Amino acid sequence: MSDLTKLTIAAARDAMRKGDVTSAEITQACLTAIDGADALGAFVHKTPDIALAQAQAADARIKAGDAPAMCGIPLGVKDLFCTKGVPSQAASRILEGFKPEYESTVTGKLFDAGAVMLGKLNMDEFAMGSSNETSVYGPAINPWKVDDRHLTPGGSSGGSASAVAADLCLAATGTDTGGSIRQPAAFTGITGLKPTYGRVSRWGIVAFASSLDQAGPMTKDVRDCAIMLQAMCGHDPKDSTSADLSVPDFEAALTGDIKGKTIGIPREYRMDGTPAEIEKLWSDGTAMLRDAGAKIVDISLPHTKYALPAYYVIAPAEASSNLARYDGVRFGHRAKLGAGDGITQMYEKTRAEGFGPEVQRRVMVGTYVLSAGFYDAYYNRARRVRTLIKRDFDDAFAAGVDAILTPATPSAAFGIGEMADADPIKMYLNDVFTVTVNLAGLPGIAVPTGRDAQGLPLGLQLIGRPWDEAELLNIAYRLETAAGFVAKPAKWW
Amino acid sequence: MSIDTETARRVATLARIAVADDALPALASEFNAILGFIEQLNEVDVDGVEPMTSVTPQRLLRRADVVTDGNQQAAVLKNAPDAREGFFAVPKVVE
Repeated sequence: MSDLTKLTIAAARDAMRKGDVTSAEITQACLTAIDGADALGAFVHKTPDIALAQAQAADARIKAGDAPAMCGIPLGVKDLFCTKGVPSQAASRILEGFKPEYESTVTGKLFDAGAVMLGKLNMDEFAMGSSNETSVYGPAINPWKVDDRHLTPGGSSGGSASAVAADLCLAATGTDTGGSIRQPAAFTGITGLKPTYGRVSRWGIVAFASSLDQAGPMTKDVRDCAIMLQAMCGHDPKDSTSADLSVPDFEAALTGDIKGKTIGIPREYRMDGTPAEIEKLWSDGTAMLRDAGAKIVDISLPHTKYALPAYYVIAPAEASSNLARYDGVRFGHRAKLGAGDGITQMYEKTRAEGFGPEVQRRVMVGTYVLSAGFYDAYYNRARRVRTLIKRDFDDAFAAGVDAILTPATPSAAFGIGEMADADPIKMYLNDVFTVTVNLAGLPGIAVPTGRDAQGLPLGLQLIGRPWDEAELLNIAYRLETAAGFVAKPAKWW
Repeated sequence: MSIDTETARRVATLARIAVADDALPALASEFNAILGFIEQLNEVDVDGVEPMTSVTPQRLLRRADVVTDGNQQAAVLKNAPDAREGFFAVPKVVE
């Protein structure tokens, strides 16, 4: 078989079960592709020895007829996941040299299912960013290119998006706190799903904002999202927010039949300054779902405008608390101390050296909004607004809406460095369509459905009812089929 | 609410991040941009609205208060920048 790295999970699974190809062959093809793609900056820690050993074991399982769907599938793993004995540093200097003594629940489940780890993927430092430029490793680069500029693959899961779009791996894990799976998926023409909060265990994933963080699959199509989500999710006693709910068969839900389903189009997502191309993408997607037999209704989510400001209180507040653990005592970097330096200087110097500027900024903003005298004015107010944002969605679903269609991002991928002089708020606006979903704890999926005038991929987002990833995936599957997005970046790296 | 360099210094100290004096004015101005953006929340009528504590209605699960793990001293210390005689070592805390 040719082009093994271009296979979807489903195609690779079926070919391996038939005996047409082995995991070792696909894995080797991916490792070769990875070694030839250093210019993309996607893989930051390569693990070929682990990959080949896992592939061999997977091939034995497949031969024995005991093979779950993910068995033998070579994956990239975002650097935010703790992987035993393998560097896991959240793209931060402060975790330089850290090799966990344990395995995250998600990677553990994937490996138990026979999946193969090719290495760790680039990301924004502590998942704080929308362009992968805050990484200590340097930026990941988008395989899509239209002129001599390097474009961002988005962030924070930029390495994951770049690696999947460039066919360096069959799929990758991502995490999403405000849009970090869906925005990079849209920027690179791949599919990315953020599950319902609590669907996937957060245990062993470096925490950013615990009430918003959720891991999910980043794949080449919707079917692969369904297959990979199946292997990632389920109840985990080690995460107290993990839901003890049964997990349906997501792939079996992909019938493509959405007749009679009600799709909400939220008027507040028509924002000033949205490019005409995005507007058209959205109305085209709406027409595709209507043609498939869905009922289209206009809905209102009145507090949409306040989602980003609420997020930029809640996420930094939680981050300032979560990142307090990086103190130079138990793991990671410790600053060299001068004569007479005490423990306070050790903390302050270690954190100044270990955290990059964006992480420092968010930790300090979080510290401020939680400090005495401001806690009510900022933090509690933001949590009240969050209640209202969730209520908006509850009302829409109660009125009979099955899923909501929106753009995934306000633009196509932009150039590396183009936002360097902009104030931080400009970068934050990347998440304007995705962040509401994290605040409301809902499942959301980005599906590539078109290209802009330059030829760069654009994506739409579907938002589902809580715990109804099966329905969401089916509607996304129908949208994918109708859109027929098959474009691939031309190889330049 | 406008943040001056003194407030920026206080926040940096609370966050235990060393910030040089000459970097404080730029930091204060970044804080002001972000807090200015956040100020929009004051437009929302939140009277009688409960602050969200959990996005899903489920109650946090509880378990019996018993030891479930342990005896992993070597693993716990493995990544420490400075571990001695089975302990994490830090600069002298008490004179």
